Amino acid sequence: MTGPEPETQVVVGLEVHCQLDTKSKLFCSCSTDYRNDGPNTHVCPICLGLPGTMPMVNKKVIEYAMKVAKALNCEIAEESEFARKNYFYPDLNKAYQITQYDKPLALGGYVEIEGDDGKERKIQLTRIHVEEDPGRLVYMGNAERGRYSLVDYNRAGIPLIEIVSEPEMRSPKEARKFLNKLRATLEYLGVFDSDKEGSLRVDANISIKGSERVEVKNITSYKGVEKALTFEVTRQKNLLRRGLKVDRETRHYLEARGITQSARSKEMENDYRYFPEPDLRPLRVKSWVKDIALPELPDARRERFVAQYGCSLNHARTLTGELKTANFFEAVVAKNKDSCTLAATWIADTLTGELNYRDMGIDGVDPVKFAGLIALLKAGTITDKSGVEVLRAMLDEQHKGETVETPQAIVKRLNLGKTAGDDGAIHAAIKEAISENPKAIEDYRAGKKGAMNFLVGQVMKKTRGRADPGELNKLMETALKSLE
Amino acid sequence: MSALRFEPDDKYNAFLTVCKAPEGGNGKLSGIPVAVKDNISTQGIETTCASKILKGYIPPYDAHAVELVKAAGAAIAGKTNMDEFGMGTSTENSAFGPTLNPRDTGRVPGGSSGGSAAAVASGMVRMALGTDTGGSIRCPASFCGIVGLKPTYGRVSRYGLIAYANSLETIGPMAANVLDVSLLMSVIAGHDRHDATSQDRPYSHTPSADIKGTRIGIPQEYFGAGVDPAVAAVVKKAIGRLEELGAVTVPCSIPSMEYALAAYYVICTSEASSNLARFDGVRYGPAVEIKKSWHAAFQDARREGFGPEVRRRIMLGTFALSSGYYGKYYAKAQIARENIRKDFARLFADVDVLCGPTMPTIAFKLGEKSDPLSMYLSDILTVPVNLAGIPAISVPCGTVQDMPVGLQIMGRPFEDERVIDVAYAYEQGGQP
Ligand SMILES: [Zn+2]
Repeated sequence: MTGPEPETQVVVGLEVHCQLDTKSKLFCSCSTDYRNDGPNTHVCPICLGLPGTMPMVNKKVIEYAMKVAKALNCEIAEESEFARKNYFYPDLNKAYQITQYDKPLALGGYVEIEGDDGKERKIQLTRIHVEEDPGRLVYMGNAERGRYSLVDYNRAGIPLIEIVSEPEMRSPKEARKFLNKLRATLEYLGVFDSDKEGSLRVDANISIKGSERVEVKNITSYKGVEKALTFEVTRQKNLLRRGLKVDRETRHYLEARGITQSARSKEMENDYRYFPEPDLRPLRVKSWVKDIALPELPDARRERFVAQYGCSLNHARTLTGELKTANFFEAVVAKNKDSCTLAATWIADTLTGELNYRDMGIDGVDPVKFAGLIALLKAGTITDKSGVEVLRAMLDEQHKGETVETPQAIVKRLNLGKTAGDDGAIHAAIKEAISENPKAIEDYRAGKKGAMNFLVGQVMKKTRGRADPGELNKLMETALKSLE
Repeated sequence: MSALRFEPDDKYNAFLTVCKAPEGGNGKLSGIPVAVKDNISTQGIETTCASKILKGYIPPYDAHAVELVKAAGAAIAGKTNMDEFGMGTSTENSAFGPTLNPRDTGRVPGGSSGGSAAAVASGMVRMALGTDTGGSIRCPASFCGIVGLKPTYGRVSRYGLIAYANSLETIGPMAANVLDVSLLMSVIAGHDRHDATSQDRPYSHTPSADIKGTRIGIPQEYFGAGVDPAVAAVVKKAIGRLEELGAVTVPCSIPSMEYALAAYYVICTSEASSNLARFDGVRYGPAVEIKKSWHAAFQDARREGFGPEVRRRIMLGTFALSSGYYGKYYAKAQIARENIRKDFARLFADVDVLCGPTMPTIAFKLGEKSDPLSMYLSDILTVPVNLAGIPAISVPCGTVQDMPVGLQIMGRPFEDERVIDVAYAYEQGGQP
């Protein structure tokens, strides 16, 4: 490779589509709770787009969208308008999507994130608008019998908001943080359920400063955003390094392979022929803003956790990063008022890690049982190491769908109680360790400090961590002295 | 509920579907058979918009107006022929053959609600529902010699009306006389939560023939170039009769009318191009060839399913909305529309109603207007009303060559009552 390293400042902007968690659809009264039901069971003439039907706006959707707009510091437009986006696709029952075009519901606003430099930074938003979700295609058939698609309109008409950011994120990691913050805010507002499959979809635009912008479509998971963008950064940097140029294009993210792939250029030639939806009147809802009450939002809760519970800033950030985690923490400390920092550490570090490892959510974890574990730790009944073992046992039971035992029961069953000094087991273990490791005894006698630690470690292993480290040290010292 | 017998001798091809034993009930329209234009959804009764692309489509729901008509005890007598999707002025653009004018079967009944007009004019039904996008109720009323009201936009719910041009069209009543039109209007008007553009303005009016002191504007454009002098003369005479009945006439002008036809055709084709995009052969109408790719299959379905006039208007509208042309056409048409609205508002500050001919000519002969543009030009006197969203009625006011001529009375928004009264006054006292 020759020549200087190309300029590599990354610029990322996101368009985030979130399903709003209303009970009924955007333009009809069909239920939105379709995920466990058969195809085309949550439909009516309106959301099927039957000839002659007309949309009627679900007021709740506008309220939810305005809640989001207010929480993200946007300006509600004096007048906004629905528009038709026309294109042919079998999942689009009317052959147009009712969305908002040049008159969105809300403008401006920002999301504050911790930038890669460790400083809090505001990522400005362009707009927020409301639109309907199309239906869904299900691909069927196989190579021999021919491929075909079936259409499921259960999803048609589910309310979406699209939140568009300015291109102000500087790395895939910042994009992830933006998305996490956005998700947390929406969940705190009670208008979004990130657990629902397909409730979030992201289109990202990414460029390396001075080069063309690439749009990456079809990202459907939180982790996918960082992955897709990281792939793009590498791809674009490689092109520039080889002296090639980045084409302005649309690419699809292929989740399973973790790569982006150029979309056929035809798809970019769509002319959506937007025009105002003649069946709906313009929205003039700005005056509603003052009546919208906002709950405590992630930033405020984070600060409160620091002030009220003495959490470190990092722990507070982790704990408040998801609504469920924050609620879990507060449920646990309600039972352990004097163990806040202990609970914070155990939830933010240990529990989060163990859940991630098992790909589990915090939902099923019983805060009362977890509080019991914290109490055992606080009382010194078990060691930290045993605590982890108890937690793992609880999570494994939950994961397998078994009844989760109380921590006390697990301690008893696995005999994890911290061994007292007069416990025969620990004396026996010390005796064994000494007799099995004559070399270590020699070293000890020769004054090598490490020998003592080695022997303590052997006892720990034999007692599976139940022994209190301080106490064990004393006992081992006594035992070794008695050998002389 | 009781079943009626309805077996008309439909010599004019007015009906696409006849309901031989329709259910009636109790109410204002008890036992009256009402014909419904085929672009208005009727639960369980095939609704095709006179298009092959909807052949076999049976709506699972009733249009709001149909619900109201049924609730008033009427029996749905059948579905009437029309220009495909409402696109036409003669009912010749039906995939199921033209409707003939009962007054002269060599002539068209007008359109697009020609089937409804012919069904009423021939006495097969007492009243009918039509729809009016650019004159589609008033034109056939005029050509067939019956009464047809295009209500104020928003006064009658459009829910269930298969949209051609949403911002222009409305459902309205058609009957042989003003009282029946008023009666049917009282049943179908009012707010409907399913139609966001509908207004809470019910109609419960008893027509009054007293028009003393009513100020009638006579726009010069309604008697200008393109209007058959014989038709103009009949209408002028009718207006003279209104003066004798106590009305005061005021000459006036609607300068923006120059742009009305162009604005109308840009707006209606634009909206139509979007409204009719859903007809892709996937959900209703004749099934598509599933061995083909979806793109190829839906293109085939549309090419074969739509008639030439519908295809023409879809293409015009698609072009008018496409990027780079939107500002030139759709946005400009909206400006023209606003100017027309303002012109009407200005005139209505001074006069109560405006009067003129409904159509520039009498009913044309079948096949006479083979050139689409000349057909479009015959809408010149009716489209301004749709652009402005105001009410207008056509009432028979004499004949030319033994064919009926319609007097058009246009009113202020939500003053449907007043245009009805003036029409009623003429009807009651028209012949001295
Ligand atoms: Zn629905």
